[in-house]
Amino acid sequence: MTNRPLIEEIILFLSDPDTWWGRASIPLRLGEHLLLSVAAVVMAAVLVIPPALWAAHRRRGVAAAAAVVNIGRAVPTFGILVVVVVWLGLGPWPALVALVALSGPPMFTNTVAGVLAVNPAVLESAWGMGMTPMMVLTRVEAPLALPVIAEGIRIAVSQVIATATLSALAAGGGLGRFIVDGFAQRDQGELLVGAVLVAALAVVAEMAFTGGQRRFTTAGISAQDGR
Amino acid sequence: MSFFNWEWVARNWTTILERTWEHIFLTAVAVAVGTLIAMGLAVVAVRRRRWYGPITSVTNILYTIPSLALFAFLVPFTGLSTLTSEIGLVGYTLLIIVRNTVAGVDGVSPGVREAADGMGFTPARRFWKAEFPLALPVIMAGIRIAAVTTVGLVTITSILGQGGLGYLILAGMRSFFWTQIIIGTVGSVILAVVIDVFLLRVERLLTPWSRRVAR
Repeated sequence: MTNRPLIEEIILFLSDPDTWWGRASIPLRLGEHLLLSVAAVVMAAVLVIPPALWAAHRRRGVAAAAAVVNIGRAVPTFGILVVVVVWLGLGPWPALVALVALSGPPMFTNTVAGVLAVNPAVLESAWGMGMTPMMVLTRVEAPLALPVIAEGIRIAVSQVIATATLSALAAGGGLGRFIVDGFAQRDQGELLVGAVLVAALAVVAEMAFTGGQRRFTTAGISAQDGR
Repeated sequence: MSFFNWEWVARNWTTILERTWEHIFLTAVAVAVGTLIAMGLAVVAVRRRRWYGPITSVTNILYTIPSLALFAFLVPFTGLSTLTSEIGLVGYTLLIIVRNTVAGVDGVSPGVREAADGMGFTPARRFWKAEFPLALPVIMAGIRIAAVTTVGLVTITSILGQGGLGYLILAGMRSFFWTQIIIGTVGSVILAVVIDVFLLRVERLLTPWSRRVAR
């Protein structure tokens, strides 16, 4: 690494116009990171949550959910990312596939757990009121499971933001690019700014989601009471 | 074109073993140091309840920061070193172990606490002789989760020139060599499972009474 003081390196990186404008600028990399993360979480949610709701409603997939939790923890996200990227090639699409694959499991397990945790007495009264299976699922089980499902989405978001950072190692875009390029070019200013940006994004996303979760939960419960 | 090159595995057997040991070493140090620090924090949180919020907030932020960013942040200060890897890895173990330790101690039945007090135990003695052993299964569950998570995170320290089996993943990615990627990824999964089973055995040894209840 160069022998300039760290603070000088940071100022040097921050005063470079390319940092703020153009194809490798902070706004563009942030946009890439957000787009990739949001796309992955939305796609995974659409793919995973409805079948998980149905499986849990039929009291199936419980063993599968437990297995997914255990295996999911042991599989290194870095390994999955590299496997998918080397398999499908470099670029944003393979990274998206890897991120969808990684954000699915926490949503699946939490959806199943949330539905299974619904109070049996509530379910019994729903059946007793003559609700059809679909009504029980959409009007009773899904709303009551919502806080747990939201927690699953939160875990997925935080994992996706972290893994989207890693995708820069596999020639992807996003804020991880600054970290990877900082390493490659021995540019400590770029490295440090990249690290702070990624950390800030992850923490802000987490706080925003937790805040939203609180609001979400109360809305769900009050709608429940109103019915 | 073969998908998996057994010959390469045979030729590089010592490298694979070396990297596996590095992986185990990085994981073991991180989990051991993380457990010590987390226990200290948990004891503080149990004794002084108002510290529990701040302790979990800080460890939660550490846990939320993506690993690549945390390692990158440390590099200008501690360099491309084992120390950098360990600081990051330890940071990720804290939240889970602190949370489980406090939950474990909280879960001890008030009757037990009263009996200990009634027998004239000092608070320290009550903690080490009654609360801590009874909380051990929950604490060990936290340590197991932390260990399995750490095995996965060690692969990322390959960007710091270490990484254990992650070194093979990174090298395989750079040369598009499947055999290395598979050995690195599958090896890491197997290692996580082996360490998890090992810790489960340790837990059984440490809490022989819980087995009698459970089975």
